Amino acid sequence: MPTIAKTGNEAMAEAMRQIDPDVVAAYPITPATEVVMIFSQFVADGLVGTEFVAVESEHSAMSACVGAASAGCRVMTGTSSQGLQLMSEILPIASALRQPIVLCEVNRALSGPINIHCDHSDTMAVRDFGWIQLFSENAQEAYDNILQLVRITENEKVRLPGMATTDGFIISHCMEKIESLDDAEVKKYIGDFKVIKSTLDLDKPITLGSLDLQDYYFEHKMPIVEAMKEAKQVILEVGKDFGQRYGREYGLIEEYKLADAEIAMVALGSTCGTARAVIDELREKGVKAGLLKVRAFRPFPAEEIVKALAKVKAAAVLDRSDMFSNQGGQLCCEIKSAMYDLKQKPLLTNYVYGLGGREISLEDIRKIFAEQQGTASSGKVKQAVQHFGVRE
Amino acid sequence: MKKNMGWKELDFGDSVNAGTAAEFHTGDWRSDRPVFHKENCINCLFCWVNCPDSAIILDENNKVAGIDYRYCKGCGICDTECPTKKEKRALTMEPERK
Repeated sequence: MPTIAKTGNEAMAEAMRQIDPDVVAAYPITPATEVVMIFSQFVADGLVGTEFVAVESEHSAMSACVGAASAGCRVMTGTSSQGLQLMSEILPIASALRQPIVLCEVNRALSGPINIHCDHSDTMAVRDFGWIQLFSENAQEAYDNILQLVRITENEKVRLPGMATTDGFIISHCMEKIESLDDAEVKKYIGDFKVIKSTLDLDKPITLGSLDLQDYYFEHKMPIVEAMKEAKQVILEVGKDFGQRYGREYGLIEEYKLADAEIAMVALGSTCGTARAVIDELREKGVKAGLLKVRAFRPFPAEEIVKALAKVKAAAVLDRSDMFSNQGGQLCCEIKSAMYDLKQKPLLTNYVYGLGGREISLEDIRKIFAEQQGTASSGKVKQAVQHFGVRE
Repeated sequence: MKKNMGWKELDFGDSVNAGTAAEFHTGDWRSDRPVFHKENCINCLFCWVNCPDSAIILDENNKVAGIDYRYCKGCGICDTECPTKKEKRALTMEPERK
Protein backbone atom coordinates (compact mmCIF):
# COMPACT_ATOMS: atom_id res chain seq x y z
CA MET A 1 0.00 0.00 0.00
CA PRO A 2 1.83 3.15 -1.16
CA THR A 3 1.98 6.16 1.19
CA ILE A 4 1.74 9.39 -0.77
CA ALA A 5 1.34 13.12 -0.10
CA LYS A 6 -1.89 14.39 -1.64
CA THR A 7 -4.34 17.23 -1.29
CA GLY A 8 -8.01 16.30 -0.97
CA ASN A 9 -8.56 17.14 -4.61
CA GLU A 10 -5.54 15.10 -5.71
CA ALA A 11 -6.73 12.20 -3.58
CA MET A 12 -10.17 12.26 -5.22
CA ALA A 13 -8.65 12.56 -8.71
CA GLU A 14 -6.32 9.64 -7.92
CA ALA A 15 -9.30 7.54 -6.83
CA MET A 16 -11.04 8.45 -10.09
CA ARG A 17 -7.98 7.40 -12.12
CA GLN A 18 -7.88 4.05 -10.36
CA ILE A 19 -11.64 3.54 -10.79
CA ASP A 20 -11.25 4.38 -14.50
CA PRO A 21 -14.95 5.16 -15.09
CA ASP A 22 -16.48 4.76 -18.54
CA VAL A 23 -17.67 8.38 -18.71
CA VAL A 24 -16.84 11.58 -16.83
CA ALA A 25 -18.76 14.74 -17.73
CA ALA A 26 -17.70 17.77 -15.74
CA TYR A 27 -17.31 21.54 -15.61
CA PRO A 28 -14.65 23.22 -13.47
CA ILE A 29 -15.54 25.24 -10.36
CA THR A 30 -13.45 26.40 -7.41
CA PRO A 31 -12.50 24.64 -5.17
CA ALA A 32 -13.35 21.39 -7.04
CA THR A 33 -11.66 22.46 -10.29
CA GLU A 34 -8.54 20.40 -9.64
CA VAL A 35 -10.45 17.15 -9.23
CA VAL A 36 -11.57 17.12 -12.86
CA MET A 37 -8.56 19.11 -14.11
CA ILE A 38 -6.14 16.51 -12.80
CA PHE A 39 -8.42 13.75 -14.06
CA SER A 40 -8.62 15.31 -17.55
CA GLN A 41 -4.80 15.22 -17.59
CA PHE A 42 -4.99 11.48 -16.89
CA VAL A 43 -7.36 11.21 -19.87
CA ALA A 44 -5.00 13.25 -22.09
CA ASP A 45 -2.05 11.10 -21.01
CA GLY A 46 -3.92 7.92 -21.85
CA LEU A 47 -3.80 6.64 -18.27
CA VAL A 48 -7.54 5.91 -18.26
CA GLY A 49 -9.97 4.68 -20.89
CA THR A 50 -12.62 7.22 -19.86
CA GLU A 51 -14.70 9.19 -22.34
CA PHE A 52 -14.28 12.72 -20.93
CA VAL A 53 -17.08 15.10 -21.88
CA ALA A 54 -16.01 18.73 -21.42
CA VAL A 55 -19.46 20.29 -21.16
CA GLU A 56 -20.52 23.95 -21.08
CA SER A 57 -22.19 23.94 -17.64
CA GLU A 58 -22.88 21.77 -14.62
CA HIS A 59 -26.48 21.36 -15.76
CA SER A 60 -25.10 19.77 -18.90
CA ALA A 61 -22.53 17.82 -16.89
CA MET A 62 -25.18 16.07 -14.80
CA SER A 63 -27.42 15.64 -17.87
CA ALA A 64 -24.58 13.94 -19.73
CA CYS A 65 -23.91 11.78 -16.67
CA VAL A 66 -27.56 10.67 -16.59
CA GLY A 67 -27.47 9.93 -20.32
CA ALA A 68 -24.28 7.90 -20.03
CA ALA A 69 -25.57 6.03 -16.98
CA SER A 70 -28.81 5.27 -18.87
CA ALA A 71 -26.71 3.66 -21.56
CA GLY A 72 -25.15 1.41 -18.92
CA CYS A 73 -21.88 3.18 -18.10
CA ARG A 74 -19.99 3.63 -14.84
CA VAL A 75 -20.12 7.41 -14.48
CA MET A 76 -18.40 10.00 -12.27
CA THR A 77 -18.21 13.77 -11.99
CA GLY A 78 -17.14 16.48 -9.56
CA THR A 79 -18.36 19.92 -8.55
CA SER A 80 -18.93 22.46 -5.80
CA SER A 81 -21.31 25.15 -4.58
CA GLN A 82 -22.99 26.98 -7.50
CA GLY A 83 -22.08 24.06 -9.74
CA LEU A 84 -24.02 21.66 -7.53
CA GLN A 85 -26.91 24.13 -7.56
CA LEU A 86 -26.89 24.25 -11.33
CA MET A 87 -26.95 20.44 -11.37
CA SER A 88 -29.83 20.35 -8.96
CA GLU A 89 -32.57 20.11 -11.59
CA ILE A 90 -31.03 16.84 -12.80
CA LEU A 91 -29.92 15.35 -9.45
CA PRO A 92 -33.34 13.87 -8.52
CA ILE A 93 -33.67 12.40 -12.01
CA ALA A 94 -30.47 10.42 -11.45
CA SER A 95 -31.88 8.93 -8.24
CA ALA A 96 -35.31 8.25 -9.77
CA LEU A 97 -33.63 6.35 -12.60
CA ARG A 98 -31.56 4.49 -9.95
CA GLN A 99 -28.24 5.44 -11.49
CA PRO A 100 -25.11 4.80 -9.43
CA ILE A 101 -23.34 8.05 -10.43
CA VAL A 102 -20.50 9.01 -8.07
CA LEU A 103 -19.88 12.72 -7.51
CA CYS A 104 -16.78 14.29 -5.92
CA GLU A 105 -18.27 17.27 -4.08
CA VAL A 106 -16.14 19.94 -2.45
CA ASN A 107 -18.17 21.87 0.12
CA ARG A 108 -18.27 25.61 -0.54
CA ALA A 109 -20.56 28.42 0.58
CA LEU A 110 -23.43 29.39 -1.69
CA SER A 111 -23.60 32.84 -3.23
CA GLY A 112 -24.45 35.50 -2.20
CA PRO A 113 -22.41 37.21 -1.33
CA ILE A 114 -20.05 35.33 -3.58
CA ASN A 115 -17.55 33.30 -1.60
CA ILE A 116 -15.26 30.40 -2.50
CA HIS A 117 -14.56 29.00 0.97
CA CYS A 118 -16.00 26.14 2.95
CA ASP A 119 -19.36 25.75 4.47
CA HIS A 120 -21.92 22.99 3.98
CA SER A 121 -24.79 25.01 2.53
CA ASP A 122 -24.30 23.60 -1.01
CA THR A 123 -24.41 19.93 -0.01
CA MET A 124 -27.23 20.53 2.48
CA ALA A 125 -29.31 22.26 -0.20
CA VAL A 126 -29.44 19.04 -2.23
CA ARG A 127 -29.95 16.69 0.71
CA ASP A 128 -33.51 15.69 -0.25
CA PHE A 129 -32.81 14.50 -3.80
CA GLY A 130 -32.25 10.79 -3.15
CA TRP A 131 -28.46 10.97 -3.25
CA ILE A 132 -26.24 9.23 -0.72
CA GLN A 133 -24.07 11.82 1.06
CA LEU A 134 -20.82 10.96 2.84
CA PHE A 135 -18.73 13.62 4.59
CA SER A 136 -14.94 13.25 4.81
CA GLU A 137 -12.79 14.44 7.70
CA ASN A 138 -9.53 14.52 5.71
CA ALA A 139 -7.92 13.59 2.39
CA GLN A 140 -7.58 9.94 3.38
CA GLU A 141 -11.29 9.67 4.01
CA ALA A 142 -12.02 11.49 0.76
CA TYR A 143 -10.03 8.84 -1.12
CA ASP A 144 -11.56 5.96 0.84
CA ASN A 145 -15.10 7.36 0.56
CA ILE A 146 -14.92 7.65 -3.22
CA LEU A 147 -13.77 4.03 -3.54
CA GLN A 148 -16.45 2.81 -1.14
CA LEU A 149 -19.14 4.88 -2.85
CA VAL A 150 -18.60 2.90 -6.03
CA ARG A 151 -19.40 -0.27 -4.11
CA ILE A 152 -22.27 1.29 -2.16
CA THR A 153 -24.01 2.97 -5.10
CA GLU A 154 -23.60 -0.04 -7.39
CA ASN A 155 -24.98 -2.49 -4.83
CA GLU A 156 -28.18 -3.94 -6.29
CA LYS A 157 -30.17 -3.14 -3.15
CA VAL A 158 -29.11 0.51 -3.37
CA ARG A 159 -28.46 1.62 -6.96
CA LEU A 160 -28.69 5.28 -6.01
CA PRO A 161 -26.26 8.04 -6.93
CA GLY A 162 -23.91 9.28 -4.24
CA MET A 163 -21.60 12.15 -3.37
CA ALA A 164 -18.55 12.12 -1.15
CA THR A 165 -17.69 15.57 0.15
CA THR A 166 -14.55 17.29 1.34
CA ASP A 167 -14.38 20.73 2.96
CA GLY A 168 -13.34 23.39 0.45
CA PHE A 169 -9.67 24.45 0.81
CA ILE A 170 -9.44 22.97 4.33
CA ILE A 171 -9.28 19.46 2.86
CA SER A 172 -9.37 20.08 -0.88
CA HIS A 173 -6.15 22.13 -1.00
CA CYS A 174 -4.20 20.95 2.05
CA MET A 175 -1.56 18.31 1.50
CA GLU A 176 -1.67 15.30 3.79
CA LYS A 177 -0.09 11.89 3.94
CA ILE A 178 -2.51 9.28 2.65
CA GLU A 179 -2.31 5.58 2.04
CA SER A 180 -3.53 4.64 -1.41
CA LEU A 181 -4.23 1.21 -2.80
CA ASP A 182 -2.43 -0.33 -5.75
CA ASP A 183 -4.16 0.15 -9.09
CA ALA A 184 -4.77 -3.59 -9.46
CA GLU A 185 -6.21 -3.76 -5.94
CA VAL A 186 -8.71 -0.98 -6.72
CA LYS A 187 -9.77 -2.79 -9.89
CA LYS A 188 -10.35 -5.93 -7.86
CA TYR A 189 -12.09 -4.04 -5.07
CA ILE A 190 -14.65 -2.24 -7.23
CA GLY A 191 -15.19 -5.15 -9.64
CA ASP A 192 -16.90 -4.93 -13.03
CA PHE A 193 -19.83 -2.60 -13.52
CA LYS A 194 -23.11 -4.51 -13.69
CA VAL A 195 -25.56 -3.13 -16.22
CA ILE A 196 -29.19 -3.63 -15.13
CA LYS A 197 -30.94 -1.76 -17.96
CA SER A 198 -29.50 0.03 -20.95
CA THR A 199 -31.01 2.34 -23.52
CA LEU A 200 -28.53 0.82 -25.99
CA ASP A 201 -29.78 -2.75 -25.50
CA LEU A 202 -31.50 -3.41 -28.82
CA ASP A 203 -32.75 -6.82 -27.71
CA LYS A 204 -34.61 -5.34 -24.73
CA PRO A 205 -35.50 -1.78 -25.74
CA ILE A 206 -36.67 0.46 -22.89
CA THR A 207 -38.23 3.88 -22.42
CA LEU A 208 -36.87 6.13 -19.66
CA GLY A 209 -38.32 9.27 -18.16
CA SER A 210 -41.86 8.91 -19.44
CA LEU A 211 -44.63 11.20 -18.17
CA ASP A 212 -45.89 9.92 -14.85
CA LEU A 213 -48.92 11.68 -13.38
CA GLN A 214 -51.29 11.09 -10.46
CA ASP A 215 -51.54 7.41 -11.34
CA TYR A 216 -47.88 6.30 -10.99
CA TYR A 217 -45.56 9.11 -9.80
CA PHE A 218 -46.08 8.17 -6.14
CA GLU A 219 -45.31 4.50 -6.86
CA HIS A 220 -42.12 5.51 -8.68
CA LYS A 221 -40.86 7.42 -5.62
CA MET A 222 -41.20 4.42 -3.28
CA PRO A 223 -38.19 2.47 -4.58
CA ILE A 224 -35.98 5.43 -3.58
CA VAL A 225 -37.44 5.35 -0.06
CA GLU A 226 -36.73 1.63 0.12
CA ALA A 227 -33.24 1.88 -1.40
CA MET A 228 -32.28 4.55 1.16
CA LYS A 229 -33.31 2.16 3.96
CA GLU A 230 -31.19 -0.59 2.42
CA ALA A 231 -28.32 1.86 1.93
CA LYS A 232 -27.74 2.11 5.69
CA GLN A 233 -26.92 -1.57 5.98
CA VAL A 234 -24.89 -1.55 2.75
CA ILE A 235 -22.78 1.42 3.92
CA LEU A 236 -22.05 -0.48 7.14
CA GLU A 237 -21.16 -3.69 5.30
CA VAL A 238 -18.96 -1.92 2.77
CA GLY A 239 -17.25 0.09 5.54
CA LYS A 240 -16.59 -3.02 7.61
CA ASP A 241 -15.27 -4.93 4.62
CA PHE A 242 -13.00 -1.98 3.75
CA GLY A 243 -11.60 -2.17 7.28
CA GLN A 244 -10.95 -5.89 7.04
CA ARG A 245 -9.21 -5.50 3.71
CA TYR A 246 -7.21 -2.31 4.26
CA GLY A 247 -7.28 -1.60 8.00
CA ARG A 248 -9.50 1.49 7.94
CA GLU A 249 -13.05 0.66 9.02
CA TYR A 250 -15.96 3.00 8.38
CA GLY A 251 -19.52 3.25 9.68
CA LEU A 252 -22.45 5.61 9.38
CA ILE A 253 -21.10 7.53 12.36
CA GLU A 254 -17.83 7.44 14.27
CA GLU A 255 -17.54 7.75 18.01
CA TYR A 256 -14.42 9.23 19.58
CA LYS A 257 -14.08 8.82 23.35
CA LEU A 258 -17.86 8.95 23.52
CA ALA A 259 -18.62 5.72 25.44
CA ASP A 260 -18.31 7.33 28.91
CA ALA A 261 -18.63 10.97 27.83
CA GLU A 262 -20.77 13.45 29.78
CA ILE A 263 -20.43 16.25 27.25
CA ALA A 264 -20.13 15.77 23.50
CA MET A 265 -19.74 17.50 20.19
CA VAL A 266 -21.49 16.39 17.01
CA ALA A 267 -20.03 17.56 13.71
CA LEU A 268 -19.49 16.86 10.04
CA GLY A 269 -16.27 16.96 8.03
CA SER A 270 -12.93 18.58 8.85
CA THR A 271 -14.04 20.21 12.13
CA CYS A 272 -14.05 16.72 13.65
CA GLY A 273 -10.25 16.72 13.46
CA THR A 274 -10.06 19.95 15.45
CA ALA A 275 -12.54 18.57 17.98
CA ARG A 276 -10.44 15.43 18.54
CA ALA A 277 -7.41 17.53 19.56
CA VAL A 278 -9.47 19.49 22.12
CA ILE A 279 -11.09 16.31 23.45
CA ASP A 280 -7.63 14.84 24.06
CA GLU A 281 -6.70 17.96 26.07
CA LEU A 282 -9.92 17.84 28.07
CA ARG A 283 -9.54 14.13 28.78
CA GLU A 284 -6.06 14.80 30.23
CA LYS A 285 -7.69 17.27 32.59
CA GLY A 286 -10.25 14.63 33.57
CA VAL A 287 -13.18 16.15 31.63
CA LYS A 288 -15.33 13.43 30.10
CA ALA A 289 -15.69 14.88 26.61
CA GLY A 290 -16.37 12.97 23.40
CA LEU A 291 -17.06 13.39 19.70
CA LEU A 292 -19.76 12.01 17.47
CA LYS A 293 -18.75 12.36 13.85
CA VAL A 294 -21.58 11.98 11.36
CA ARG A 295 -20.14 10.41 8.21
CA ALA A 296 -23.37 9.59 6.37
CA PHE A 297 -25.87 12.44 6.22
CA ARG A 298 -28.00 10.60 3.63
CA PRO A 299 -29.18 8.06 4.58
CA PHE A 300 -29.50 9.74 7.98
CA PRO A 301 -28.32 7.45 10.81
CA ALA A 302 -31.06 8.50 13.23
CA GLU A 303 -31.12 5.38 15.44
CA GLU A 304 -27.34 5.20 15.60
CA ILE A 305 -27.00 8.86 16.64
CA VAL A 306 -29.73 8.53 19.28
CA LYS A 307 -28.02 5.46 20.72
CA ALA A 308 -24.57 7.07 20.67
CA LEU A 309 -25.77 10.20 22.49
CA ALA A 310 -28.14 8.42 24.88
CA LYS A 311 -25.91 8.73 27.97
CA VAL A 312 -24.51 12.17 27.25
CA LYS A 313 -25.74 15.01 29.48
CA ALA A 314 -25.11 17.91 27.10
CA ALA A 315 -24.06 18.01 23.46
CA ALA A 316 -23.08 20.75 21.04
CA VAL A 317 -24.33 20.07 17.52
CA LEU A 318 -22.25 21.96 14.98
CA ASP A 319 -23.83 23.01 11.70
CA ARG A 320 -21.76 24.69 9.02
CA SER A 321 -24.94 25.91 7.34
CA ASP A 322 -28.20 27.58 8.30
CA MET A 323 -31.62 26.70 6.95
CA PHE A 324 -33.02 30.20 7.61
CA SER A 325 -36.04 28.56 9.20
CA ASN A 326 -35.34 29.99 12.68
CA GLN A 327 -34.54 26.41 13.73
CA GLY A 328 -30.76 26.39 13.24
CA GLY A 329 -28.88 24.01 10.99
CA GLN A 330 -29.89 20.85 9.18
CA LEU A 331 -27.85 18.42 11.27
CA CYS A 332 -29.24 19.61 14.59
CA CYS A 333 -32.82 19.68 13.30
CA GLU A 334 -32.56 16.09 12.12
CA ILE A 335 -30.98 14.98 15.39
CA LYS A 336 -33.70 16.71 17.41
CA SER A 337 -36.31 15.06 15.23
CA ALA A 338 -34.68 11.66 15.77
CA MET A 339 -34.82 12.17 19.54
CA TYR A 340 -38.53 13.04 19.68
CA ASP A 341 -39.57 9.72 21.19
CA LEU A 342 -36.85 9.59 23.83
CA LYS A 343 -38.00 10.01 27.42
CA GLN A 344 -34.64 11.30 28.60
CA LYS A 345 -32.90 13.48 26.04
CA PRO A 346 -29.45 15.02 26.14
CA LEU A 347 -29.45 18.82 26.31
CA LEU A 348 -28.66 20.00 22.79
CA THR A 349 -27.22 23.32 21.78
CA ASN A 350 -26.98 24.07 18.08
CA TYR A 351 -23.94 26.06 17.00
CA VAL A 352 -24.18 27.43 13.47
CA TYR A 353 -20.55 28.23 12.68
CA GLY A 354 -17.94 28.72 10.01
CA LEU A 355 -20.16 30.15 7.26
CA GLY A 356 -18.19 31.23 4.20
CA GLY A 357 -15.04 29.58 5.52
CA ARG A 358 -14.87 31.47 8.86
CA GLU A 359 -12.12 29.70 10.78
CA ILE A 360 -13.03 27.43 13.70
CA SER A 361 -10.02 27.21 16.01
CA LEU A 362 -8.99 25.00 18.90
CA GLU A 363 -9.88 27.91 21.19
CA ASP A 364 -13.39 28.05 19.67
CA ILE A 365 -13.92 24.35 20.32
CA ARG A 366 -12.61 24.74 23.89
CA LYS A 367 -15.14 27.53 24.42
CA ILE A 368 -18.00 25.40 23.09
CA PHE A 369 -17.02 22.48 25.32
CA ALA A 370 -16.81 24.83 28.32
CA GLU A 371 -20.36 25.96 27.58
CA GLN A 372 -21.43 22.32 27.46
CA GLN A 373 -19.96 21.79 30.93
CA GLY A 374 -22.08 24.70 32.12
CA THR A 375 -25.19 23.26 30.46
CA ALA A 376 -24.54 19.81 31.93
CA SER A 377 -24.18 21.14 35.48
CA SER A 378 -27.05 23.63 35.30
CA GLY A 379 -29.34 21.24 33.44
CA LYS A 380 -30.51 24.08 31.21
CA VAL A 381 -29.77 25.07 27.63
CA LYS A 382 -28.98 28.79 27.56
CA GLN A 383 -29.76 29.41 23.91
CA ALA A 384 -30.92 26.56 21.68
CA VAL A 385 -29.48 28.00 18.46
CA GLN A 386 -26.33 30.11 18.50
CA HIS A 387 -24.55 31.71 15.58
CA PHE A 388 -21.03 31.12 16.77
CA GLY A 389 -18.11 33.33 15.81
CA VAL A 390 -20.08 36.06 14.06
CA ARG A 391 -19.52 39.75 14.88
CA GLU A 392 -22.47 41.83 16.03
CA MET B 1 -49.63 -3.39 -19.47
CA LYS B 2 -51.28 -4.26 -16.18
CA LYS B 3 -53.29 -1.42 -14.66
CA ASN B 4 -52.81 0.09 -11.19
CA MET B 5 -49.63 -1.78 -10.35
CA GLY B 6 -48.13 -1.43 -6.86
CA TRP B 7 -44.64 0.02 -6.52
CA LYS B 8 -43.12 -3.39 -5.93
CA GLU B 9 -44.40 -4.56 -9.31
CA LEU B 10 -42.81 -1.75 -11.30
CA ASP B 11 -39.87 -2.16 -13.63
CA PHE B 12 -36.49 -1.14 -12.24
CA GLY B 13 -35.48 2.50 -12.22
CA ASP B 14 -38.50 4.23 -13.73
CA SER B 15 -38.04 2.31 -16.98
CA VAL B 16 -40.77 0.71 -19.06
CA ASN B 17 -40.54 -1.63 -22.00
CA ALA B 18 -40.36 0.28 -25.24
CA GLY B 19 -43.33 0.32 -27.65
CA THR B 20 -46.10 0.50 -25.06
CA ALA B 21 -47.79 3.25 -27.12
CA ALA B 22 -49.20 0.36 -29.21
CA GLU B 23 -51.44 -0.44 -26.22
CA PHE B 24 -52.82 3.09 -26.20
CA HIS B 25 -55.64 3.56 -28.72
CA THR B 26 -55.28 7.20 -29.64
CA GLY B 27 -58.17 6.82 -32.11
CA ASP B 28 -60.70 6.81 -29.27
CA TRP B 29 -61.26 10.57 -29.32
CA ARG B 30 -61.12 11.45 -33.03
CA SER B 31 -63.50 14.18 -34.28
CA ASP B 32 -62.55 14.05 -37.98
CA ARG B 33 -61.47 10.95 -39.86
CA PRO B 34 -59.34 10.63 -42.98
CA VAL B 35 -60.97 8.47 -45.67
CA PHE B 36 -58.68 6.66 -48.10
CA HIS B 37 -59.58 6.46 -51.81
CA LYS B 38 -57.32 3.74 -53.22
CA GLU B 39 -58.19 4.44 -56.89
CA ASN B 40 -56.59 7.93 -56.63
CA CYS B 41 -53.48 6.97 -54.57
CA ILE B 42 -50.10 7.42 -56.28
CA ASN B 43 -48.22 5.63 -53.44
CA CYS B 44 -45.81 8.48 -52.72
CA LEU B 45 -45.99 7.45 -49.01
CA PHE B 46 -46.00 11.07 -47.80
CA CYS B 47 -48.92 10.19 -45.50
CA TRP B 48 -47.07 7.15 -44.15
CA VAL B 49 -43.89 9.15 -43.45
CA ASN B 50 -45.70 12.03 -41.76
CA CYS B 51 -48.31 10.19 -39.70
CA PRO B 52 -47.41 10.77 -36.01
CA ASP B 53 -49.25 7.63 -34.90
CA SER B 54 -48.05 5.12 -37.52
CA ALA B 55 -51.71 4.70 -38.50
CA ILE B 56 -51.21 4.38 -42.27
CA ILE B 57 -51.46 0.69 -43.20
CA LEU B 58 -49.20 -0.64 -45.95
CA ASP B 59 -49.81 -3.91 -47.82
CA GLU B 60 -47.21 -6.59 -48.51
CA ASN B 61 -45.94 -4.59 -51.53
CA ASN B 62 -45.52 -1.43 -49.45
CA LYS B 63 -48.49 0.22 -51.13
CA VAL B 64 -50.93 2.25 -49.00
CA ALA B 65 -53.79 -0.05 -48.00
CA GLY B 66 -55.83 2.12 -45.60
CA ILE B 67 -56.00 3.80 -42.19
CA ASP B 68 -55.70 2.09 -38.83
CA TYR B 69 -58.54 3.83 -37.00
CA ARG B 70 -57.46 2.34 -33.66
CA TYR B 71 -54.55 4.81 -33.64
CA CYS B 72 -55.58 7.56 -36.10
CA LYS B 73 -56.48 10.59 -33.94
CA GLY B 74 -57.74 12.57 -36.93
CA CYS B 75 -55.03 15.23 -36.96
CA GLY B 76 -55.30 15.58 -40.75
CA ILE B 77 -51.56 15.70 -41.45
CA CYS B 78 -51.98 12.90 -44.04
CA ASP B 79 -54.66 14.93 -45.85
CA THR B 80 -52.50 18.08 -45.75
CA GLU B 81 -49.43 16.25 -47.08
CA CYS B 82 -51.27 14.20 -49.74
CA PRO B 83 -50.18 15.72 -53.11
CA THR B 84 -53.11 14.37 -55.17
CA LYS B 85 -55.20 16.90 -57.12
CA LYS B 86 -58.44 18.40 -55.79
CA GLU B 87 -60.71 16.47 -58.15
CA LYS B 88 -58.91 13.12 -57.57
CA ARG B 89 -58.07 13.10 -53.87
CA ALA B 90 -56.58 9.94 -52.34
CA LEU B 91 -57.40 11.26 -48.83
CA THR B 92 -60.31 13.34 -47.64
CA MET B 93 -61.31 14.40 -44.13
CA GLU B 94 -64.85 13.69 -43.00
CA PRO B 95 -66.49 14.50 -39.66
CA GLU B 96 -67.09 11.54 -37.33
CA ARG B 97 -70.53 12.92 -36.44
CA LYS B 98 -72.65 14.18 -39.30
